[in-house]
Amino acid sequence: MTVIEDLAPPPKVEVRPRGVSRRERWQRRLPLLPALIYTIVVTQIPFLVTLYYSFQSYFWNTTAPAHFNGVSNYKTVFTTPAFRSALWRSVVMTAAAVIIAMILGVALAVLLDRKFFGRGVVRTLLITPFLIMPAAAALVWAGPMLDPNFGLLNYLLAPFGVHHVAWLSTHALGSVIVVMIWQWTPFMTLIVLAGLQSQPPDVLEAAKVDGAGAFATFRELTLPHLRPYIELGILLGSIYLVNVFDQVRLMTNGGPGTATTNLPFYLYQQVNYAFDIGGAAATGVVTVILTIIVATFALRMFARVFRFEEAV
Amino acid sequence: MTAVPLRALRAREPGSRRLREVSGKVGWTVLAWVVAIAFFLPVLWMVLTAFKPESAAETWPPRFTFSPTLAEFRLVFSGWGPYVTHSVIATIGSTILVLLLGVPAAYALSVHPVGRWRDGLFFFISTKMLPIVAAIGPLYVIALKTHLLDSIWVLIILYTAMNLPLAIWMIRSFMLEVPSELLEAAELDGAGRIREITGVILPVISPGLVSTALICVIFAWNELFLALNLTVTNAATMPMYLISSVPQEGLYIAHLSAAATVASVPVIIVGWIAQRSLVRGLAMGAIK
Repeated sequence: MTVIEDLAPPPKVEVRPRGVSRRERWQRRLPLLPALIYTIVVTQIPFLVTLYYSFQSYFWNTTAPAHFNGVSNYKTVFTTPAFRSALWRSVVMTAAAVIIAMILGVALAVLLDRKFFGRGVVRTLLITPFLIMPAAAALVWAGPMLDPNFGLLNYLLAPFGVHHVAWLSTHALGSVIVVMIWQWTPFMTLIVLAGLQSQPPDVLEAAKVDGAGAFATFRELTLPHLRPYIELGILLGSIYLVNVFDQVRLMTNGGPGTATTNLPFYLYQQVNYAFDIGGAAATGVVTVILTIIVATFALRMFARVFRFEEAV
Repeated sequence: MTAVPLRALRAREPGSRRLREVSGKVGWTVLAWVVAIAFFLPVLWMVLTAFKPESAAETWPPRFTFSPTLAEFRLVFSGWGPYVTHSVIATIGSTILVLLLGVPAAYALSVHPVGRWRDGLFFFISTKMLPIVAAIGPLYVIALKTHLLDSIWVLIILYTAMNLPLAIWMIRSFMLEVPSELLEAAELDGAGRIREITGVILPVISPGLVSTALICVIFAWNELFLALNLTVTNAATMPMYLISSVPQEGLYIAHLSAAATVASVPVIIVGWIAQRSLVRGLAMGAIK
């Protein structure tokens, strides 16, 4: 890799532009406005509409117009176990995938953080799972890799006494999580590797001179140094993985039963199979509220990682 | 008595240490290669299976030798036309729009920052945390009522919103690195804001812009959830072509593998070429 410096330096212009004229202020604002207005319109209006429909009874497969039905959609959300179990599954899938991918990522980054024959090729091979289209990854895992009758995995595991396991029916949740881990470990590896390579070598030299063992050096010096990188990886990984849909839809279709139904898939079912816009909207509103609570902490973490604490 | 073995030991010592070092190095190299190949194996298997005749793709034990055929690729290339067209339009259209909106916004948040630039940055990134899936029902209704359902525009509009926050953070991090002497020199020359952007900043950050665009391309090309919910035929994209390549019955594994290979390879190659800037981009400019 090329030289990797530390995390983003504080911006050059730190002071608030005080004493700039009104005209100047608008000149500064103007370039921001298109993107700001675009983002507000496209990302915020759908949520306002979601809020509206969450109080309506509306099934898009009927001609009956939407009508106000109070909080009954919310009652359904909180009384049906389906929402709670989908929520819980989202949490389990995201947490398991992010944590295991990060542990593997740290291990692989340590492995890649020294010169050896063919390092560039190894790195290139390792990042490939992250680049493959998630839909393609899901279908290739579901068929050629995990099929009970001709899947490659059963063949490779046969010497270990595994015989024609139907992974997607017996270990559905685990299989989906494995594919998520497979796709996101490369990402974690790259971020942690960037952290490892930004470590000042003289500090490590000094530790060596002082007679510190490799493991102690890693625990006492390297891990603390890696902390912001690990936090960043976990944060970004969670943002993407909590929305994971392709693998669920294409590997298990949420099943067997509801064994792999996470929130995105549950919402997809409400809209596409139950035609229930009102119910999906209420589920969505509750999801957003929960997300905002989590995101408040996440944003604080962002601020710390990007070193402008005063922002939040 | 003791002197002889000691001398012998001393003589042997450097050699054995070197041996240990060499074997450690070999072990390390082998381990790294084994892990890399294990991670790459499903991709390799996908590509191999794509070249199999359908009858050789679903065998036990799996076949590693076979007479390769391009039959499945031919089938893919005869069927993917509309899907790949929609994907290319949605991907390139949204990426251009992201850059058009993102460059000025990043400029307003870095070079001559607006008053509350931190709030601006955090607003953009917070939209990335709101799960779009939560609004999918109402999005469907909005698309229906605005006649955007099953049109390529709905994908362009939403993919732009999806990638814009990431792009703004990235482009901003590149703009912060433009040497201030350059900007001051331009100011002394009396260059206006637009000349400052086009004449000074854009040439300096163009490699950064390319990697920003590549990341937007990857995310838009791979997107399935919105496409699946909001399009049917007129704007169905490549991931949906993959789904359609799995029939209800009959052998399909080789065909599916060929379709998955064709759909993934462009992005994989782009990613391989851009792997260094990819890290920085995905970390939103936090890592250089």
